[in-house]
Amino acid sequence: MNLTLKIWRQKGPQEKGKLVDYKVNDISEHMSFLEMMDVLNEQLINTEEEPVAFDHDCREGICGMCSMYINGEAHGPDKGITTCQLHMRSFKDGDTIYIEPFRAAAFPVIKDLVVDRTSFDRIQQSGGFISVNTSGNTQDANALPISKHAADEAMDAATCIGCGACVATCKNSSAMLFVGAKVSQYALLPQGKVEAADRVMNMVHQMDIEGFGNCTNTGACEIECPKGISLENIARMNREYLKASLKG
Amino acid sequence: MGILSSSIARKVAMALSALFLVFFLLMHVSVNLVSVFSEEAFNTASHFMGTNPLIQFVMQPILIFGVVFHFVLGFILELKNKKAVGVSYAKNNGAANSTWMSRNMIYSGLAILAFIVLHFIDFWFPEINHKYIEVLPEDPTRYYHELREKFVNPIRVGAYVIAFVFLILHLLHGFQSAFQSMGMNNKYSKGLKTFGKAYAIIIPLLFIFIALFHHFTH
Repeated sequence: MNLTLKIWRQKGPQEKGKLVDYKVNDISEHMSFLEMMDVLNEQLINTEEEPVAFDHDCREGICGMCSMYINGEAHGPDKGITTCQLHMRSFKDGDTIYIEPFRAAAFPVIKDLVVDRTSFDRIQQSGGFISVNTSGNTQDANALPISKHAADEAMDAATCIGCGACVATCKNSSAMLFVGAKVSQYALLPQGKVEAADRVMNMVHQMDIEGFGNCTNTGACEIECPKGISLENIARMNREYLKASLKG
Repeated sequence: MGILSSSIARKVAMALSALFLVFFLLMHVSVNLVSVFSEEAFNTASHFMGTNPLIQFVMQPILIFGVVFHFVLGFILELKNKKAVGVSYAKNNGAANSTWMSRNMIYSGLAILAFIVLHFIDFWFPEINHKYIEVLPEDPTRYYHELREKFVNPIRVGAYVIAFVFLILHLLHGFQSAFQSMGMNNKYSKGLKTFGKAYAIIIPLLFIFIALFHHFTH
């Protein structure tokens, strides 16, 4: 198939960016979207143009690096996938495809389609962990009884890969699905309950410092999340936060 | 902003003020509905509401505070969110993952605010003038006729109808959203969402019915 791509080009964080049109021809419907981008970059290199910078790593939907906003949706038109799992069969010959970086003040553009998502790292560092004794006499994990329901919910929350699609798709650039998932993952398990109050207060505080917006419950994040993280996690975070605030 | 410096605290405050206003709507429509069935009963209810000191000097200021608080915080959130977004997308397909109502609460809210201004000019300011500024002699039978007079003008009735359509849109997202904000998302949420949708449609439709009833029976 032959396609027109409208790609955001921006030389650096302080430079002004713009959409630039490119044509790519003979794209196979079996290619992944990133492979199509590779074809474009080969083409640009051959004509001595600057290739398009974009994030990618595992290319199997688990690292959370690929971050494009394709035709108005995070990770493109299909649901429950990352950009590397998006295939060209989702498009048709002659299509014009808009490719933009994830937009949020807390995700500044580094170059072209690459954005700085280290704000997520700082939120995680502020409380997304449990303190354990690693001196050699760690407790057997199976010694702590955990209900199947809690284990399943914690595991569901833990599937968050921190890709930032929730922020990119949110009309308010809110990070509450990400933070909700991280808070829930630990709050649901006995190991995480010990530091639950400090964790939620610190992570929410860091989230606010980073400049993410306020959640207005549109639910767009849940729909666009490649791992299907549920809004229940945001509700749980809200409960945890209220509990921690009342505790003082 | 002290206690409202946290995003979650703002979210909960927005939800609590919203639920307070949602409950107020039920009370307001109940009194208005009486006007359809009995002039005398409506006058009695209105006179009670208009002269009872608890309602006038405690509930009314709380209500006004609730309305102002909800609007002011709504605007603050909108401005903060605009700042958090930064650069907008050249192409954004919001309809792919969220409802129009959820994405446009600020616009449905602004339409409701415009209506409240009209409503205050129509009813509240004359009422305050009657009771506390000019201190006119009290006639417990005046309320029904005042109400009927307001719904003679078809333009005003049209404005009321449009405003209540926006209220439907606002509540369709707002009702269930308030519970999610307060941390409630469990096995009861599905039922609550259905109830919220029914509430969001029925209450404004009753207001519309009352306005049209008085317009066409005048």
